[in-house]
Amino acid sequence: MLEIKSVSKSFGKADVLRDISLTIKEGEFFSLLGPSGCGKTTLLRLLGGFDRPGTGEIHHNGVRIDTLPANQRRFNMVFQRYALFPHLSVRDNVAFGLRMKKVASREIASRVDEMLSLVQMAALASRSVTTLSGGQQQRVALARALVNRPEVLLLDEPLSALDLKLRQQMQVELLALQRRLKHTFIFVTHDQEEALTLSDRIAVMNDGVIDQVGTPQEIYEYPRTPFVARFIGSVNAIDGEIKDCRPDVIIVGGPTKRMMTVRPSRDGFRPLPVIPQGTPIRILVRPEKFKILKSAPGPEQNALDGTIREILYQGPVTQFFVQLRDQILIIAQPNTAVTARKGFSGGDKVFVAWAPEDCLLMGRDGPLPVLESPPVDPALSDAQLQLPLGIMEDVRMAGGVAQGG
Amino acid sequence: MSGAAWGRPRPKAPVAAKAMTAFAFLLIYVPLAALVVYSFLGPSNGPGTPDAGTLVWYEKVFSNTQILGSLYASLWVGLWSTVGATVIGTAAALALERTRFPGRGVLEGIVHVPLIMPEIVLGLSMLMWFVLLRITLGYFSIILAHITFSVSYVIITVKARLHGFDDSLEEAARDLGASPWQVFWRVTFPLIWPGVLSGALMAFTLSFDDFLITFFTAGVGSDTLPLKIYSMIKFGVSREINALSTLMLVFTFALVMFFFRPSKGVKTVT
Repeated sequence: MLEIKSVSKSFGKADVLRDISLTIKEGEFFSLLGPSGCGKTTLLRLLGGFDRPGTGEIHHNGVRIDTLPANQRRFNMVFQRYALFPHLSVRDNVAFGLRMKKVASREIASRVDEMLSLVQMAALASRSVTTLSGGQQQRVALARALVNRPEVLLLDEPLSALDLKLRQQMQVELLALQRRLKHTFIFVTHDQEEALTLSDRIAVMNDGVIDQVGTPQEIYEYPRTPFVARFIGSVNAIDGEIKDCRPDVIIVGGPTKRMMTVRPSRDGFRPLPVIPQGTPIRILVRPEKFKILKSAPGPEQNALDGTIREILYQGPVTQFFVQLRDQILIIAQPNTAVTARKGFSGGDKVFVAWAPEDCLLMGRDGPLPVLESPPVDPALSDAQLQLPLGIMEDVRMAGGVAQGG
Repeated sequence: MSGAAWGRPRPKAPVAAKAMTAFAFLLIYVPLAALVVYSFLGPSNGPGTPDAGTLVWYEKVFSNTQILGSLYASLWVGLWSTVGATVIGTAAALALERTRFPGRGVLEGIVHVPLIMPEIVLGLSMLMWFVLLRITLGYFSIILAHITFSVSYVIITVKARLHGFDDSLEEAARDLGASPWQVFWRVTFPLIWPGVLSGALMAFTLSFDDFLITFFTAGVGSDTLPLKIYSMIKFGVSREINALSTLMLVFTFALVMFFFRPSKGVKTVT
């Protein structure tokens, strides 16, 4: 278990990490996700031992490690641009770590061979690394780190230099490798889709702070801050004001006369907060949670009326841009059945409808100001871990949608 | 020949420019050629008779123990000043390129001073310095002086190699368990080696043919080859000197050709 305890780091006047606390479990595929400059690489470098935290401590299996130099940690790193030694062959690159540890040469040979065949590079073992393609260099870099059987493998955006097809293929290989070796992987990326696909858990970082830690489903379905909602997938924002707040329903006055209702999520994972009447709030809705209708839906649905500005056919989904009075909503409809386009065209008056359960409640410029946390039922939080089956597919699809948006 | 421009029409150089170039080359190479040619000519038997091709001057050089002694001295001085300059210069280049310390900028500027400073000033100041420190003038003082001026060349060539060095290579080595010492010898040094080598070679050739600074710092009784040649000239130009000069020419030329031969080159991973 890797414990990061209120770690801060600044370079000059810039606070790159601010009071980061995080626990990463053994054998977990854990991603640090955030835009460039959010501090994710700095955090990884602290774990690798290339920088020392300004304040705070890092413990691994109960032993404090932030004071140890990189060469005394049983952590290995895959660097962003691979950092393969250009003067050594593929085999010598992979053998480097074992030679430094003075492993017997016969054992080195067998472990290097084993690792090279695991990453499918055995045929090129005696080649110079300078002659390899990007994907091959990537595999050598992985093998060079993994051959040391690291307790934790650190990966600094290892796939970012590859083109899309190769990246997707390497994602699959990486995941298979991790499942097989059961090492702890800590993976830094700015690619939200990559993080969703690969990770057991994700920490979303923003400006030196961790906004949210959770499984891909939790992060996507229940973002805690507007930043997380926006960074993982795309999202529509509808401003409103609390009219009534009850345990099972919140009534919000919105841009039209029709009131909007907010209900707890269907799995009960997101109970309703307690917010006083008159508080300005923002409702976030994912594009794929909307439905586009020709006539107003019943009162059990939320709805806003507008005009279609643009229809973009994108293969798996069609995107509609609907003009409201003073904003545009983005709606994604799967192109599965007859529902596909339903004969909509630009300029049509339509209703955008969504379920009260699909609202993400936020403050106007930040997370919801929590005035009184609802009591957490321990039985309930246990149940929360068991997300309903099928949600995974929703997430996958939504991930695709978000990429398009 | 500029490879990039090959095949594309380029503006033709004016005839005057070509003539100037030819003239410049003549100025450099005609005296050299004459020197070489004369080293193979025997003593003329009298006015009007052509000189005959001979190796007699070379035989004389190789049987002249004084010349051989000074050649040995030059090689010895060259070797140790090269070792000294290369070690100090490489370390200095690493410090200048890798670390930030107060006065680094000034130091970086000072590195270039020996390249432009009049040699006579350097020689004179060196002499005064050695006298002040009561260092006996001799081979030791010559070596110290040679290290002083050739270290700049090593710093410049090694720094050029270090510039653009991917720091993550060293981090990768540390990450794989290498101690700082191992990082240097297993990763940093092999990659900057071409720069170190050309610096060392430059240091050697500078030391081997240096006259002025050696002259100031040699003291009595220590003769390097250039000093020896100079003293021989004082007693009249013998063709022995032509032969000796030709040998030096061939030696330095061979040295440079050997190390700067079209290299297989260490490419860097981008």
